[in-house]
Amino acid sequence: MALSIVWTGMLVLAIVCACALGTVPQTAAAMMDGAQKGVSLSLSLAGILCLWSGACRVMEAAGISRRIARLLRPLLRRLTHGCSPEAMEAAAANVSANLLGLGNAATPLGIEAVRRMRRDETATDAMCRFVVLNTASIQLLPTTIAAVRGAAGAAAPFDILPAVWLTSAAALAAGLLAAWALGRVWSRRGW
Amino acid sequence: MVAYLTQLLAPLLLLGAALAALRKKQDVYSLLTEGASQGLRTLACIAPALVVLMTAVQMLRASGAIALLSRLLGPVFAWVGIPVECAPLVLIRPISGSAALAVGAELIAKYGADSLVGRTAAVMLGSTETTFYAIGVYFGAAGVRRTRYTLPAALLADLTGFWMAAASVRLFSALGLYI
Repeated sequence: MALSIVWTGMLVLAIVCACALGTVPQTAAAMMDGAQKGVSLSLSLAGILCLWSGACRVMEAAGISRRIARLLRPLLRRLTHGCSPEAMEAAAANVSANLLGLGNAATPLGIEAVRRMRRDETATDAMCRFVVLNTASIQLLPTTIAAVRGAAGAAAPFDILPAVWLTSAAALAAGLLAAWALGRVWSRRGW
Repeated sequence: MVAYLTQLLAPLLLLGAALAALRKKQDVYSLLTEGASQGLRTLACIAPALVVLMTAVQMLRASGAIALLSRLLGPVFAWVGIPVECAPLVLIRPISGSAALAVGAELIAKYGADSLVGRTAAVMLGSTETTFYAIGVYFGAAGVRRTRYTLPAALLADLTGFWMAAASVRLFSALGLYI
């Protein structure tokens, strides 16, 4: 539903601007052109997306995700303080799936973790922290973005990795710090 | 030298995964093809969204709306140190993942993958999440109605990510990491 509003809003903005700025012919042409570009973008993503989906399956089978989950346990224990071991297990699996870029596997695991943490209709501190952890993307290999860069002729599509890691870590630290600080002042009653 | 090392990272990861799986007596080849067909399915899921959203993004660009928006937000972005060309991406990122991908891909194609704008857009896409969607999915599925401070904390993480994306790209290109 949110996307319907966003998409329609984008169209309204484009058409209002086209009329006001006198760019109607360009905008009309861009409609056809944009759809075509969407197709060529999708096709240009196919190669790297397939290759890295394959690589992720291999990493999973090699037990790398389980090893990551074990490494993360001390951190997650602090983060999901006061939760059942089952909830923590699901949380660890969710985080390691996220790290490997297995978005399709990560979401159901994350939902399971939140379900196991649930007490009533109000989010607990652990749940807030866990969801913040999930909204600050922590991905070792942003393959889709590398595919987009490769398609646009990047010299080395993966050369953004250090910047992505540093940025993810900073965003995660800021989010968790904010969650920790807000958790001390936000009452359990509030929304 | 550093640039070569980062270039080696992805191929080495691929090799390392294959070797680790072989040691566990896994059928690496069929895992790869299995994953690749999963990748095709992922693509089939996002391609229709990309076509529809790319149309809207291109219309916004051609109508002059994005230029107008950039001029309006220019001072704020300049003050923070984020390239103003990334403004549309910053606005759409927390709301929709596929729309952000369409906006980011357009930026990368327009300004070049190895430009400051293109790199910053890529790092933004790679290190932030669709915040509103994630909060909706996790709490919605678990039946939690009062999310308390999750949204403000997550949005603060996003803002930090946007700022850090620009800062880290500047830092690493100053360090000579990029060719």
